[in-house]
Amino acid sequence: MMQKRKAAIGGALESLFKFFALLCVSIAMLTLICLLVNIIADGFPRLTWQFFTGFPSRFPEKAGAAPAIAGSFYLIVLTALITLPMGIGAAIYLEEYAPNNKLTRFIELNIANLAGVPSIIFGLLGLQIFVRWAGFGRSLLAGALTMAILVLPIIVLASREALRTVPPSIRDASLALGATKWQTTWAQVLPLAFPGILTGCILAFSRALGETAPLVTLGALTYVPFLPTGPFSAFTVLPIQAFNWTSRPQAAFQHNAAAAILVLLAILLTLNSVAVWLRNRCQGKLRL
Amino acid sequence: MRQRFVEKIIHGLLFGCACVSILASLGIVLVLAVESVLFFKKVSLWEFLTAKEWTPLFVDKHFGIMPLVCGTLVTSLIAMLVALPIGLTIAIYLSEFASSKLRKTLKPTLEILAGIPTIVYGYFALVFVTPFLQKLLPSLSTFNALSAGLVMGIMILPLVASLSEDALHTLPGSLRDASFALGATRMQMVFRVLVPAGFGGIVASFILAVSRAVGETMIVAIAAGQQPRLTLDPRGPIQTMTAYIVQISLGDTPHGTLEYHTIFVVGATLFVMTLAMNSISLRIRERFRNTYA
Repeated sequence: MMQKRKAAIGGALESLFKFFALLCVSIAMLTLICLLVNIIADGFPRLTWQFFTGFPSRFPEKAGAAPAIAGSFYLIVLTALITLPMGIGAAIYLEEYAPNNKLTRFIELNIANLAGVPSIIFGLLGLQIFVRWAGFGRSLLAGALTMAILVLPIIVLASREALRTVPPSIRDASLALGATKWQTTWAQVLPLAFPGILTGCILAFSRALGETAPLVTLGALTYVPFLPTGPFSAFTVLPIQAFNWTSRPQAAFQHNAAAAILVLLAILLTLNSVAVWLRNRCQGKLRL
Repeated sequence: MRQRFVEKIIHGLLFGCACVSILASLGIVLVLAVESVLFFKKVSLWEFLTAKEWTPLFVDKHFGIMPLVCGTLVTSLIAMLVALPIGLTIAIYLSEFASSKLRKTLKPTLEILAGIPTIVYGYFALVFVTPFLQKLLPSLSTFNALSAGLVMGIMILPLVASLSEDALHTLPGSLRDASFALGATRMQMVFRVLVPAGFGGIVASFILAVSRAVGETMIVAIAAGQQPRLTLDPRGPIQTMTAYIVQISLGDTPHGTLEYHTIFVVGATLFVMTLAMNSISLRIRERFRNTYA
């Protein structure tokens, strides 16, 4: 009798919890839908050819985002060129070479801590070291170096994860055939880990694409009526352009901001789809 | 012989790459420390910690960090009030109740939420959430801590959910089996055995989420306003530490002035706060992992 009642109460509690949980899930889902619908409704009508090719303007209906789109593109390419060799190199060292000693543990702890530093702090670092001290000014190069440091810990962590999925037997076989450590790493381990590393890096760069705060702190300009001409050129990026348009009181400018956000989200969605596709492909391949 | 030489060089290069992160951390600490020292040459630490006003841009300058810290805490607190219960509930549900089919659709949705840039959330807070809340709460100003905090809560929700879910999921199955064998219902098993056992990991995820909220910039810079006020009222404009740095960066503050030093001293405060929370979270997670490894 007691047993039965207990079970009944347990069952009722469970249904209650499930109901509450589904409520929580729908809050998250509804917010996502609201956000997307709102941005599409505001921004989609502004997505004309002129918006992609035009330059910023005092008149919202004439303003375009060409410098921001070009700036985002150049910034990410430059960031990738700087950070990929360093990040993957660090991951290879920690995963394949590093002895188990205090220095290694210190480097690991350091990377973990760096990953948790708020992004705006990297902006302060970039402002003082790259903009002032190195004399790069508020240029693409200063922005890319700052972004490179920002995504470095993410790239190291993701690449290590990918290297760890390569079975040790591959290394043993290669070493047993007389290959050196580096020959093994370069010719056997890296090709197998490559899709995984690429996936992690794409995700890291999609984070960099959406970052606003460090570049604002760096002093990236909000009004740039020209396309970047080289690494020392002044620049703006999509999130900064969106931020600038959002902070204006006129609703027409906010619609421009929504349009810029739509472009940004479309790029991120594409990048993420590529990453997911790569992840699925490499998961099938690595079962040896 | 030559091969061995090449191997050595490569080893050295890779080690160099690994050391870049140390250089970066060193750079951050040095930059913040040097500029803060320059600041404290002109303003006493006592004033910085105890003054109740933050007005570095006014004629009558005051340098009390309290209003900025207060603004940061108010928005973070609101964010946690959203993210903590909802995130934990979703974590428990995903880990112990949801069918695998539901898991497969829910987890990517959460990942999408986590991948949206913060500028987008900022836009959403200002253009959608604030006008919506103003219908319910007419006394709400255009810039306010409430809508910034609520949206920030949605932003960090996936972090709480996925880390807490990991903490529950890694618990050994024997805990579940033993609990069921003793006649516990599923609810008793989850809330009297699993949640207490996974408590360390859950707390670690909460602390990490608070740290993320404290360092969050764009949402508060856009939606919470630029008025450093020492108040707990979330209906009016406030200013967070991060929003202050953005405000000064957008202006044209000359290098080397006292205003220029202030962004670094505020940055240093932010850095110390988040580093402390991250370290505690990391320590708890490690201890938790060792308990059930």
